[in-house]
Amino acid sequence: MIEVGTILEEKIFYVDRAMLKAYADASGDQNPIHQNEEFALSVGLPNVIAHGMLTMALVGKFVTDWAGGSAAVKEFSGRFVKPVIVPAEQKVDLTVSGVVSEVDGERIKIDLSATSAGVKVLGMSKAVVVK
Amino acid sequence: MLNPDSVGRTFEGAESVTVSQSEIDAFCAVLSENNTSVAPPTFSIRITLEQSQEILSNPEIGLDWSRVVHGDQRFDIKRPIVAGDTFKCSSTIESYKVAAGNEIVTVRSDLHSEDQLVVSTWSTLVVRA
Repeated sequence: MIEVGTILEEKIFYVDRAMLKAYADASGDQNPIHQNEEFALSVGLPNVIAHGMLTMALVGKFVTDWAGGSAAVKEFSGRFVKPVIVPAEQKVDLTVSGVVSEVDGERIKIDLSATSAGVKVLGMSKAVVVK
Repeated sequence: MLNPDSVGRTFEGAESVTVSQSEIDAFCAVLSENNTSVAPPTFSIRITLEQSQEILSNPEIGLDWSRVVHGDQRFDIKRPIVAGDTFKCSSTIESYKVAAGNEIVTVRSDLHSEDQLVVSTWSTLVVRA
């Protein structure tokens, strides 16, 4: 039974430089802040950062796994509040959880939360699915 | 600075873009998504990012892409994207304000397949001072 307050079990995704390269190629976003450490540092970032849209794509995967597939998602939003920082030779976590906030017939609204290294990276994130 | 006359205007992309299965496969592979029969919910960014940059790089509009940071993103998905879809993209500058020297621009990009609206996306872009 899905009702307001139903919890979507937390899931941890792991992000590394190889994933950033694969996402850059898959999305067409080749901004060097996501691949080149020297460049990222030169523009004042702490290190290479993940694409905000990669973070959102992984949160989307969390939602579609719960909802039964990619076709279930009708609306999806999020604010990029802090970057996911990806040092070389490391896998960093993206920890995602969610809770059902509205049920309207077959439409289910989910409030989502995503952190990396304990820091909130995506704010005001919501999805509407038809399950 | 953005030309204030651009706000509220819609700009049409020149060419159409056809989605291939290999593009959907590559996007799914990053996410370890095994079902590649439809595109993941954020896949449309692959089309709208490039298209909206091209459309809104018109110097009349005055948007400086070199200083843009992505603030937030929203998708309204009418139906999932599948391989073989051919889209025309249009981008509308929905709102504009200046806060603490940064320009904050909300752009809506719509993907149409023939006459059908398939996905609308809203991106808030922050042009850093």
